[in-house]
Amino acid sequence: MRVFLPAALTGLLASPVLAADMNVKVEIPKLNVAEYHRPYVAVWVERPDQSVAANLSVWYDVKKNENAGTKWLKDLRQWWRHIGRELTVPVDGVTGATQAPGEHQLNYQSGKAPFGNLPAGDYKLVVEASREGGGREVVRVPFQWPPKGSQSLSAKGADELGAVALNLTP
Amino acid sequence: MNRMSKFAIAGLIAAVLVPAAAHAHRQWILPSATVLSGNAPWVTFDAAASSELFYFDTAPMRLADVAPPQGMPAMPGASLRITTPDGMETVAENVLTGRLRSVFDLRLAQNGTYKIAATNQGVFATYKLDGQPKRWRGAAENLSKEIPANAQDVQVTETASRVETFVTLGKPTESVFKTAGAGLELVPVTHPNNLFAGEKATFKVLLDGKPAPDVEVEIVPGGNRYRFKLGDSVVRTAADGSFTAAFPDAGMYWVGMDIEDGKVKIAGAKRRASYAVTLEVLQ
Repeated sequence: MRVFLPAALTGLLASPVLAADMNVKVEIPKLNVAEYHRPYVAVWVERPDQSVAANLSVWYDVKKNENAGTKWLKDLRQWWRHIGRELTVPVDGVTGATQAPGEHQLNYQSGKAPFGNLPAGDYKLVVEASREGGGREVVRVPFQWPPKGSQSLSAKGADELGAVALNLTP
Repeated sequence: MNRMSKFAIAGLIAAVLVPAAAHAHRQWILPSATVLSGNAPWVTFDAAASSELFYFDTAPMRLADVAPPQGMPAMPGASLRITTPDGMETVAENVLTGRLRSVFDLRLAQNGTYKIAATNQGVFATYKLDGQPKRWRGAAENLSKEIPANAQDVQVTETASRVETFVTLGKPTESVFKTAGAGLELVPVTHPNNLFAGEKATFKVLLDGKPAPDVEVEIVPGGNRYRFKLGDSVVRTAADGSFTAAFPDAGMYWVGMDIEDGKVKIAGAKRRASYAVTLEVLQ
């Protein structure tokens, strides 16, 4: 144990911001519809001018043969316009399978992909959901980076998204 | 009547079917989608002239080398030109002309922006024969053959129409914005497959390849069947041929314009050039 300590300490001293953490909780509501398909969901960070600071997570139908699930990625319209159309999927550590209704925890660490290093400033966490045969919704949570102390921020979707919670720890 | 040639009768009916000069009918090509993702997706298009946008209520867009349904007269049709992102051309599949619309399919095999254009050049004439008004439409070389020598009040119009739309797979590209340099054309400044509700978009109008100032541009949102007002707006092009359109709501929009001038090949004729594009605004 003692052997590992100096290395860990060196890391901390070199860049103290490294430990900053962003925890996102995305709730996919349970919907009482005749034919339910799990929504496509994208999570990203945008700057005040809506340009993209970090593309964090994208859930789409990854199980279809020949990546055929990409056909509906454009239905995440904001994400498609700002990120998706310039991207080749899958992206390691970013894209994944669609998720069932319920709460989903996502953790991102500064200095690590896909979060990276955000310069200090105002941002918005954006969560977009689009459901086959259903609707589409975008929820934004404004935040400042780096966080001054632990913060709990949240917003709520009306239809295709439930609560979106953002917990920041310096 | 029995003195009229078969061509003249066809021309008369054709003029009624596609009244290029009548503002009540707008020509358009409507894509099933304009912003696409995935593996070589298909897009299908409807092409028609109609009074309501975008419904099939009047006549199909006539396409060159496509037979009309039984009972409809043959007539010169528009040439369909599909420019692919790499600057080459491709052909539409499953082309069909029905009573109220034409249909064709396109597979987007390349990433980028495609331009779908239907162009039509022709000559249109009105005249009087024995006091009776007559109309004629056809190719310039047939004009003197088919209009009787004793015709009076002959008014000849050379027409050049261009109807377009754009679709994009993946990242929008601009290679298809290259123009032909003939008639009225549109050069997007704002990419036509990157239009969002509440935003403005700028385009440039060219006439014979040169900026066309002071052209009246009409912008009509689709879906007017289900609202009381047409909801159109009119803007004029600036000195450099540019105009800015506001798109308050998401939906399909028809943007069109036409001009008349004296740039003609046939002595004494006038020219009528028209352009229309279907644009999708997302939100």
